[in-house]
Amino acid sequence: MAQKRVLMKGNEVIAEAAIRAGCRNYFGYPITPQTEVMHYMAKKMVQVGGNFVQAESEVAAINMVYGAAAAGFRVMTSSSSPGISLKQEGISYIAGAELPAVVVNIVRAGPGLGGIQPAQGDYFQATKGGGHGDYRNIVIAPASVQELYELVVEAFNLADKYRMTCMIVGDGTLGQMMEPVAFRDEEPIVNVEKPWAACGRKGDSFHHTVTSIYIDPDVLEKKNLELQDKYKIVEANEVRYEAINMEDAEIVITAFATCSRICRNVIRQAAELGIKVGMIRPITLWPFPYKAISEAADMSSVKAFLDVELNAGQMIEDVRLGANGKKPVYFHGRLGGNLPMQKEILDKIVAIHEGKITEGGNF
Amino acid sequence: MIDFSVIFAGFGGQGILSAGKMAAEAALYEGKEVSWFPSYGPEMRGGTANCSVVFSDEPIGSPVVNDADVVICLNQPSMEKFEKQLKPGALMILDSSLIKTRPTRTDIKVIAMEASDIASELGKMMFAPITMLGCMATATGCFTRDSFEKSLYEILPERKHNLIPINMEAFDRGAAFAK
Amino acid sequence: MAVVFEPTKGLTDKPFHYCPGCCHGIIHRLVAETLVANDALETAVGVASVGCTYNSYEYIACDMVQAAHGRAPAVATGIKRNLKDSFVFTYQGDGDLASIGTAEIVHAAARSENITVIFVNNAVYGMTSGQMAPTTLVGQVTTTSPWGRDPSYQGYPINVSEFLSNLAGAAYIERVCVTDFKNIQNAKRAIQKAFNVQKNKLGFSLVEVLSTCPTNWGKDPLVAMEWLKENMEKQYPLGCYKGADITFDADGKYVSGAIPATANNCVNVGEVKK
Repeated sequence: MAQKRVLMKGNEVIAEAAIRAGCRNYFGYPITPQTEVMHYMAKKMVQVGGNFVQAESEVAAINMVYGAAAAGFRVMTSSSSPGISLKQEGISYIAGAELPAVVVNIVRAGPGLGGIQPAQGDYFQATKGGGHGDYRNIVIAPASVQELYELVVEAFNLADKYRMTCMIVGDGTLGQMMEPVAFRDEEPIVNVEKPWAACGRKGDSFHHTVTSIYIDPDVLEKKNLELQDKYKIVEANEVRYEAINMEDAEIVITAFATCSRICRNVIRQAAELGIKVGMIRPITLWPFPYKAISEAADMSSVKAFLDVELNAGQMIEDVRLGANGKKPVYFHGRLGGNLPMQKEILDKIVAIHEGKITEGGNF
Repeated sequence: MIDFSVIFAGFGGQGILSAGKMAAEAALYEGKEVSWFPSYGPEMRGGTANCSVVFSDEPIGSPVVNDADVVICLNQPSMEKFEKQLKPGALMILDSSLIKTRPTRTDIKVIAMEASDIASELGKMMFAPITMLGCMATATGCFTRDSFEKSLYEILPERKHNLIPINMEAFDRGAAFAK
Repeated sequence: MAVVFEPTKGLTDKPFHYCPGCCHGIIHRLVAETLVANDALETAVGVASVGCTYNSYEYIACDMVQAAHGRAPAVATGIKRNLKDSFVFTYQGDGDLASIGTAEIVHAAARSENITVIFVNNAVYGMTSGQMAPTTLVGQVTTTSPWGRDPSYQGYPINVSEFLSNLAGAAYIERVCVTDFKNIQNAKRAIQKAFNVQKNKLGFSLVEVLSTCPTNWGKDPLVAMEWLKENMEKQYPLGCYKGADITFDADGKYVSGAIPATANNCVNVGEVKK
């Protein structure tokens, strides 16, 4: 049963969703534009008897996450791009030690200190590793406050199920905006046994060890192959995307999160001009919906793809892998924290439709 | 109504962000889709504040508004900045107590009202944007007076319900400018 | 046949990888014996760090978590906040704690995390082969201070126990060594005291154990012990730097002595602030 819709800020919904998902541990360090997650946690987490620690750094925060996860408890941290860079060490260790954790990145524009306005420049970092070693994170990109709520709850289930980091990627728009959200009376929490947790032997004949170090190359190779096998299962089972207006689409937009919302308006405007535009919105950025892209590329109505991002073209590499040369993939991106105007995107669609644009787009 | 968008802009402390939120709550009360998006970070430090509010009968696309149906301005710089972000034929409501010039565009409707003067008559400057909400709601029909009042009873804690009548008075004083 | 010696159950059967003459073996055993003596083997969680002790998670028989370099106090924070009644400790070397992990150790102490830190200081990086450590003595030759540590070039050693003892959150800090029977007994007493401090939820405790590194010092193990006494103890005087007056009764229950006003994990803040 859904409750009455209430108006809430994206960042606060992230925190509320985590608490509803049974998370009783939050460790973080302040950074704009995600600080409301911390503000909310500082109050609510304590009121529900959970742990809230304002850590000395993002590095310390992610290692507190590592500790709580190692002991078998649901745990979350949140940050924004520069802070997420600092957390990469810990995220790599979490991958190596196979611990469940939820990490939220309310992305801002980079590189370096960059700015604080919305961006999607951390796509590569989130989906292609980020830290050292061969590992993956499940990466989820919600596009509305309601979806933030539902997917943060789901992120905890996925993290527990696969014993890996589940990363929620948002941006300043999603974190700062208010939208109505309808909470469920009861959350679909999937409780997973954690026999591996280091929380005291409690009668076991062996001691539980949580580690990511394997000095022997053969042992480490085996460990890595096990990880890869796990990632294949995730790829097979956890791909999520939304297909919008795809029937008879001539041009297929690929966009995620905030960008996809701007593109929704553009689809309507294009229809008024008689151009059929569809959209594939990846919800999981990893695993990526390659198959959906590939099938779209096989559609006879589809002439081209237009990838729209708040970066210089990152997800477009995955879109091209999916399209596999079958149809051209054009690009429209904005940098530095700017959002594309609907008109910019519409103009590009018209240009593609009229065959006046070469592959690649504006970079 | 699809993606009816409003920009509220002025100085920090004028109650811009909360007025935007009240408008969103009123539309939400009517069962509409709404979004509210504020300026944030260093943008806020220079003393200016703004937020974009979108009402719609369908899921909202972009919460970021660059072609507004209504702009509510409570200071001169905001008027100059956001004048450019109105659709042709759209409405600007400005606080003539604080803004002495008028928009240069001729393809928009302008309602100038002494919002801050009314607010000071009512006893608190924060009523200024509320009067402008009354004007907007009446001029555009984006939400009703009734929804606005009822949503206040829902969102405000009971100990603040005694403030609702004076908020409604501000709303009504503003509504008069829409006629 | 009478049993005259039994290995402690606090250590696993895994053979140590430590070099001959290294003090880690002794210190591991003291920690392990303390766990057993306090009946904590089934509930305790230890945090291994990076350095020669990376593998301590395989040797100590309670549940163990291996942490990234320098981050053990943060990892222990994450554990202890959830397992408030379990003994949680870190086992860290000088590079780990006093160099890359300075922020984590300072803030764990400042927050008065109710954890115990076993800090092994041998004045050199062992695992990576003898580089200068933050605790390397002035004049001491290492692979990265080949002409001896020169303060005008490489700065001064860090006295961890002294500076941490200035923090209000630190309940108990003592420096010991394990060069001979008497000192080993004293070190064991200090570790037990730290255990009691944590058990009574008095706040952050740290035992700094001066240790030798015969391999990287280039010295015979016995000569190394002498070198420690003659040189390291001058820079790092043994003794209790914080909480010397804290006393416990025979059951390990807190009796008296100055302690941080509010050690963390000791109150459920949620109940207070609702």
